Amino acid sequence: MAYEKFKILKSNCVPLPIENVDTDQIIPARFLKATERIGFGDNLFRDWRYNSDNTPKKDFVLNNKKFDGKILVGGKNFGSGSSREHAAWSIYDYGFRCVISSFFADIFRGNCLNIGVLPVQVSSGFLDKIFKVVFDDPKSEIIVNLLEQTVTIVKLNISEPFEINSYKKENMLNGYDDIDYLMNIKDSIKKFSKTTPL
Amino acid sequence: MSKTLFDKVWDSHVVHKIKDGPDVLFIDRHMVHEVTSPVAFLGLKKRGIKVLFPEKTFATADHNTPTINQHLPVKDPLSANQLLALEKNSELHGISYWGLGHEKNGIVHVVGPEYGITQPGATIVCGDSHTSTHGAFGAIAFGIGTSEVEMVLSTQCIMQPKPKKMRITIDGKLSKGVSPKDVALFIISKLSTSGATGYFVEYSGEVFRDMSMEGRMTVCNLSIEMGARGGMIAPDSKTFDYIKNREFTPKNTNWIKAMQYWETLESDQDAVFDKELKFDGELINPMITYGTNPGMGIGISKEIPLAKNQDGGIETYKKSLNYMNFDEGQSMIGKNIDFVFLGSCTNGRIEDFREFTKIIKGRKKASNVTAWLVPGSHQVEKAIKDEGLLDILTESGFELREPGCSACLAMNDDKIPSGKYAVSTSNRNFEGRQGPGSRTLLASPLVAAAAAITGKITDPRTLY
Repeated sequence: MAYEKFKILKSNCVPLPIENVDTDQIIPARFLKATERIGFGDNLFRDWRYNSDNTPKKDFVLNNKKFDGKILVGGKNFGSGSSREHAAWSIYDYGFRCVISSFFADIFRGNCLNIGVLPVQVSSGFLDKIFKVVFDDPKSEIIVNLLEQTVTIVKLNISEPFEINSYKKENMLNGYDDIDYLMNIKDSIKKFSKTTPL
Repeated sequence: MSKTLFDKVWDSHVVHKIKDGPDVLFIDRHMVHEVTSPVAFLGLKKRGIKVLFPEKTFATADHNTPTINQHLPVKDPLSANQLLALEKNSELHGISYWGLGHEKNGIVHVVGPEYGITQPGATIVCGDSHTSTHGAFGAIAFGIGTSEVEMVLSTQCIMQPKPKKMRITIDGKLSKGVSPKDVALFIISKLSTSGATGYFVEYSGEVFRDMSMEGRMTVCNLSIEMGARGGMIAPDSKTFDYIKNREFTPKNTNWIKAMQYWETLESDQDAVFDKELKFDGELINPMITYGTNPGMGIGISKEIPLAKNQDGGIETYKKSLNYMNFDEGQSMIGKNIDFVFLGSCTNGRIEDFREFTKIIKGRKKASNVTAWLVPGSHQVEKAIKDEGLLDILTESGFELREPGCSACLAMNDDKIPSGKYAVSTSNRNFEGRQGPGSRTLLASPLVAAAAAITGKITDPRTLY
């Protein structure tokens, strides 16, 4: 099932300089009860974003009008914990198309790539520079260029390369997903299934 | 060429390799539950396709099921709707469904091994990160996202780059009062929650050889908490004894044939790992966590580490202690607690209830403690009754609930109230994990039992 293509994204960003942001913070378990993929953005960072009476917490970055954009910038080890793809869905549904961090948890990274959110891993030094620039001027823009695999802080005119395997890169550029690929080799999968020991 | 246990199982399941991309990996067993599957089934519907191998797919309801009055309709309409969706999807696609009220119902990672769905050398996935549990049998087992659930339903394959390999060796004998949970929390405290990201772990050494299958499951279950995709232990006679004659394990000549494969499942002597770590089992103490991720654990008699000694991330560390309302340098022993939770895919097996009962036998539950004891499955529930453990629990003032994930992630009504402290045998102490504002202290069933009868953090070794 195709998703939105991703080539070059130029946007200002939302900074969240907290380490080990886990998927229970991104979307608490009590909001996982839907049977369709709709409305998850409303509960993105629910308990950091809202008080128990559903009023917004003023000091949380998503409630700070100064910051917006399609890029979320998080601290080291972003997305640890549960395999819930709902975490990636809520980030997407809120309007983000890219998450930048100095380190991602494994399953979260894979989930993002599978739904069209680009996880961009940068050095911790570069991440610090992004945070500084964005806190100094919330309108500072970042360019994420998937074709060239670079991320650029426009104001400082500095760039850093990032990694992505060429298969996933093609998928993101074209909006393909893995099932499209697997359906094409279904016959060889069926043949293989007869050779497995279990 | 020499291979690790992981290589042997992975390589024999690769259908196709993509240059500078993932491997197409064939999946032997797919476990499905109500929360991460409905959108995947919807995807199949949109594509107009059916589940490719329904006989390799097993569904159970566990995440949002109530743990009292399971015979009554589920009150929460959203949960009821998810359960109904799984029932309907299973029926439509011809998948075995062990729903609420079914005798085989229970937590997906507890029932899989109980019925022999989990086997050595198999590839097992489920839309749940604690699928790593099944690695205790020498299987490659890991959690996947919903897009991947849809992949496996439709093609019985997933696409993943082969992870790097790490071996964690722990030799020596564990001291009295030190359980598999402590071993796991100890390792995570050394590696942090991201120390094994990108790796698949093999546990080896005397400590794991000596462990029961239940203990091995606890350790493998927690592999994800140090970032690893999964963890596994080479199968041995304990493994084969455990799975023999279970409903879904091979019988007669098929057993003999399977054993020929299973007996090859160990890392070759000269196999090379990308990373090797060694610890001394004798130095491990009963553990408890004090912060908001599973890596923030210490020996129970130790003090909460100082912020200045943290390896970076001081602000995050302080935020965590602030959430817990703890101060650096404080002792954990003697802190008052409000709730005790015994259960989950980490510690909801019969052995965990035996350990818990050892401490509470002949003593009374502390009056300030609410205790939720939740068996991982109906089979565990039955064993608790058959072995006379329920009588001991009742005598001490405890009640037994019905099986499910329960307060581990608090999707049902089993929520720890805001600001309250819970000593939990589950797997995550993230902010709000057990209910908005809840404060979780992860520990073994022994530490949980000691807390339940004293009403505070207590070293279980003082109660033998």
